[in-house]
Amino acid sequence: MAIIVNRKPLTFWEKLYLPAIVGGLKVTARHLVRSLFGGKTVTMEYPEQKWSVPEGYRGAPYLVKDQEGRTKCVSCQLCEFVCPPKAIKIYPPGPSGQIADRPNAEKMPEDFQINFLRCIYCGLCQEVCPEEAIFLLKDYSITGLTRQELVYDKEKLLALGGTHAGIQKWKHKLEEAEEQESFPVKV
Amino acid sequence: MDWNFIIFSVVKVAIVIGAVQTFAAYAVLAERKISAWIQDRVGPNRVAPPFVKYIPVLGPLLTRWGIFQPLADGLKFILKEDFTPANVRKAYFWLAPAISIIPATIVIAVIPFGSYLGRQKMVIADLNVGILYTFGIVSLGVYGIVLAGYAANSKYPFLGGIRSSAQMISYEISMGMSVIPVFLIASTLNLSQVVNWQAQHGWLVIYAPLSFLIFLIAGFAETNRLPFDLPEAETELVGGYHTEYSSMKFALFFLAEYSNMVAASGMMVTLFFGGWSLPFWGLDQPAHGIGIGIAQIIVFIVKMAVLMTLFIWVRWMFPRFRYDQLMDLGWRRMVPLALANILITAVVLWAVA
Repeated sequence: MAIIVNRKPLTFWEKLYLPAIVGGLKVTARHLVRSLFGGKTVTMEYPEQKWSVPEGYRGAPYLVKDQEGRTKCVSCQLCEFVCPPKAIKIYPPGPSGQIADRPNAEKMPEDFQINFLRCIYCGLCQEVCPEEAIFLLKDYSITGLTRQELVYDKEKLLALGGTHAGIQKWKHKLEEAEEQESFPVKV
Repeated sequence: MDWNFIIFSVVKVAIVIGAVQTFAAYAVLAERKISAWIQDRVGPNRVAPPFVKYIPVLGPLLTRWGIFQPLADGLKFILKEDFTPANVRKAYFWLAPAISIIPATIVIAVIPFGSYLGRQKMVIADLNVGILYTFGIVSLGVYGIVLAGYAANSKYPFLGGIRSSAQMISYEISMGMSVIPVFLIASTLNLSQVVNWQAQHGWLVIYAPLSFLIFLIAGFAETNRLPFDLPEAETELVGGYHTEYSSMKFALFFLAEYSNMVAASGMMVTLFFGGWSLPFWGLDQPAHGIGIGIAQIIVFIVKMAVLMTLFIWVRWMFPRFRYDQLMDLGWRRMVPLALANILITAVVLWAVA
């Protein structure tokens, strides 16, 4: 059923619209003075001021080091397989290559490349990683002048990722092993 | 026709056109900045030539105010591709921007922007029919818009053109009639003499406030400024009459709009706010020295800038009028009001005499 809203008829003074116009001019003038002299603008001036991203934000995936600064990645290539846009490329060390720089790992990647022109920040690499070695951190503005510049290699990814003392998988396994007095876990 | 006159006229024309174009360019900047402040934003604050950042305090400040933005805008317009769509009527399409900018520029000719500088009158053409010339030329401006709308051969520009022509006839009449009381009071059509009259008797806005109000509203309509920007109406008509234009041709329309604003402000200052005169500091006489002459030009420019700020300010508080509301306001409110205004002024003048 239609509802008829009865509008109050305007008085002559209101019909002139002059009070409304003056009121409007006052509002805009107030805003003008406030942002011109008070500096109260809502604009975030981007390159100088940056947005602080919320917890759980999926930024750029970087390799992280463990609490003692050792490479966590064991070059299992699960992330390379799962990566939907095929942004990740891992060069395993091979039989005669480098050995891992930490216990409980057989190997570490010779090189680990993420192409940020391809990466879609889906987070599947982080989800699939059994060693918790790759995390989507908070970087959101990945820029470069050439295509080559945007392919980050292992050193760069490790440097950007930093040490990540969050989940210390092997330390906990060691504690469990000590409690049970069996030592499949290397110190 | 002596050489002296020709040389001085050419110099004046060159300076005035240069000044008006610069003023229009910076009006765009002012528009962007003031709009930004009204909407609690910052506005253009990045563009600067590379050497500016080495100037200690002033450099960053000027950059922050966006002083170099119009230069960048102009450069951008020049470097953009001048694209002519396939289906346009080519001749008219090329003609329309010119028809739009020429009246906007030559209207300035009769406006006295100062009294004297040396022995030169600070007006390009001191016509005895100044105001008639102005109205004649200002009405031509609409042809540019209508032609652009027709030539583009596309529905949105066409609608813009139609609206523009309808709007123009609605407001031209009330605008023309609104200034008749001014000339009744000053009893001359020559704009220089109108200013002289005001210098002696006080500003005409005090004598004819209703005329000023009608002229102001009609001025908004004539220059297609916001409460009456139906021909452009970005939100309904994409861009209105200049939808199909790009590059320098678009820039000409843009410049024409702002030159019109400059002209309308100049006209209002001349007719209602005493032109170059101020009632104190000895600025109420035609100048004898160079110093006073320059001071009077500055007074004129400042008054004009204040009115242009009003134009920009008003933009951010009105919703756009609907097509029929615009006609209604033009024909059924403003025309009778202007007529009554003429009648009352005439009767009062007759009674006083």
